[in-house]
Amino acid sequence: MNAVTAPAITTTYREALRMALREALQRDPRVFLMGEDVGRYGGTYAVSKGLLEEFGEERIRDTPLSESAFVGAGIGAALNGMLPVVEVMTCNFSLLALDQILNNAATLRHMSGGQFNIPLVIRMATGAGRQLAAQHSHSFEGWYAHIPGIRVVTPATLEDARGMLWTALMDPDPVIMFENALLYNLEGELAADAGAVDIDRAAVRRAGSDLTLVTYGGSLPKTLQAAERLAAQNISAEVIDLRTLRPLDMTTVLASLAKTHRMVIIDEGWKSGSLAAEIMARVMEQAFYELDAPIERVCSAEVPIPYARHLEQAAIPQVETILAAALRTVK
Amino acid sequence: MTPDPMLARNLLHQMVRIRRFEEKSAELYSAGKIRGFLHLYIGEEAVAVGVMQALQPQDAVFATYREHGHALARGLSAGAIMAEMYGKVEGCSHGRGGSMHLFDAAAKFYGGNAIVGGGLPLTVGYALAQKMQQRSGLAACFFGEGAIAEGEFHESMNLAALWNVPALFLCENNLYAMGTALERSEADTNLVEKAASYRMAGKSVDGMDVLAVLEAAQQAAQFVRAGNGPYFLEFRTYRFRAHSMFDPELYRSKAEVERWKQRCPIAGFSARAISEGWLTSETIAAIETEVAYEIAQAVEFAEAGTLEPVETLTRDVYTARAQTE
Repeated sequence: MNAVTAPAITTTYREALRMALREALQRDPRVFLMGEDVGRYGGTYAVSKGLLEEFGEERIRDTPLSESAFVGAGIGAALNGMLPVVEVMTCNFSLLALDQILNNAATLRHMSGGQFNIPLVIRMATGAGRQLAAQHSHSFEGWYAHIPGIRVVTPATLEDARGMLWTALMDPDPVIMFENALLYNLEGELAADAGAVDIDRAAVRRAGSDLTLVTYGGSLPKTLQAAERLAAQNISAEVIDLRTLRPLDMTTVLASLAKTHRMVIIDEGWKSGSLAAEIMARVMEQAFYELDAPIERVCSAEVPIPYARHLEQAAIPQVETILAAALRTVK
Repeated sequence: MTPDPMLARNLLHQMVRIRRFEEKSAELYSAGKIRGFLHLYIGEEAVAVGVMQALQPQDAVFATYREHGHALARGLSAGAIMAEMYGKVEGCSHGRGGSMHLFDAAAKFYGGNAIVGGGLPLTVGYALAQKMQQRSGLAACFFGEGAIAEGEFHESMNLAALWNVPALFLCENNLYAMGTALERSEADTNLVEKAASYRMAGKSVDGMDVLAVLEAAQQAAQFVRAGNGPYFLEFRTYRFRAHSMFDPELYRSKAEVERWKQRCPIAGFSARAISEGWLTSETIAAIETEVAYEIAQAVEFAEAGTLEPVETLTRDVYTARAQTE
């Protein structure tokens, strides 16, 4: 740890991601970025804006709309000495590359008996909340967390947006980074010397003693708001940001539960077969007798995400629904 | 092309090696020694052998689930392949892959892809990395004509041509995608034209003639090595055996299979080699003896191999990092 506190800068999640990309590109000639509109357009969410001018077309590589081919090409390049960062515009389109991710990236090491590594990072935007309707509002991070052989990370803070990429690139195995699209404009303070962070551990974002709120990604700000509201009612909520969905850091989750004995899981995925279900199952297996109340879940409703704003908002986790679930748990 | 006796002997030796290995594999499958899927390469030997002869050690090879022949021709030992099909630790994928997933990092043999078309994007990316790192080897990808119907084929052809990567696309057209004949699945059965539509150079070759394959592969490899971009080769070939061990072959006539067997690449080349004076019948007999010995040794090696203890079941899913699960 740096003993001297560096001055903080005001920045955004988007800019923090760009700083991370720039640093990676500067640090290692094996790093390159490819994906749809990452170059001339500057990235759909403007994350890679300016990088083409700085690093050139070889390393900031626009691709055709061929998700399967360019994700597969990322795997092939990773097999052959490069450190590719592949941007799939949004997770909605990642299903077109699912075969490459599941059948190649996640399996090549294993089915070759450990002969190969795939040091690949795939970035994609995720999440609902912008009235983009059923085909553009998916949260697939829980699906991807089902797959052995890949690591799934979900930066939810400026520090993680700035620091997860380099660590992910140094991981010899494929890492998928889910960036909730509602976070890109998140503004805040970031240490000027912020750098790589671990991608193994969950983080306690707010300490508390009455109940544990477990979340990740785009639901973290909502969950923190709910915790603030609970504090106004003298209920002390501990907020855990999972950060990495696979492998899950259950140690941090269970340590919190041992203290609070109550839990609400907030997960923007659909409830059935969700990551939230997996966490519940593990608590049942590993800490059943710690529970003083049934675990509550706040997930997306079992419906394709609708367009109309009020319906969309009703379909995904909200501060109010988190609050209500928390209150049921401590009642 | 006129081969010198050394080359002629080597080509025949490699083809016979594959043929006898596959025959033994079928036998061992029936005996229950090999399980899972088993896709035999019998009839198509000239393609893998001719192409491998044109490749160099610095080149990378990507193949399909019908890849025993490619693995053998690339230099993997028969023992390591047989042990893999036995599910033994001594196998070339340590028993984790089986017949459809043969790998060998040292030989730059990237397997063993059992999703039709799945190796094509990997090849493009591998070749791109060769180019970005200014390395000399090319990336060669074998795939069946069935892959042509996959979107990944078209995406990969476009990307390879667009980025001008050093890739060699080797389409083994054995006329059937499992049981579906090419003309029953493609509106246009001219495969070279499909590559040409991506402005990729290409050629169609008699895949039953090892010398024709070798010559075409050499020219194509030279084209790619010179930095001219990717190249597409279609090899017209035929599989003499069923798609897999479960296939009752209802989709093609025995007469058709017999007609193609008249064009057996091994019998044809042997006869020509004798009549042209490249090889003697004694040499051919000696090849059979050598191969029989090698296969017997391979089976012995596989039989004597060890089974991995189940305690290490979850190894090689992730690399070095300790898992918290």
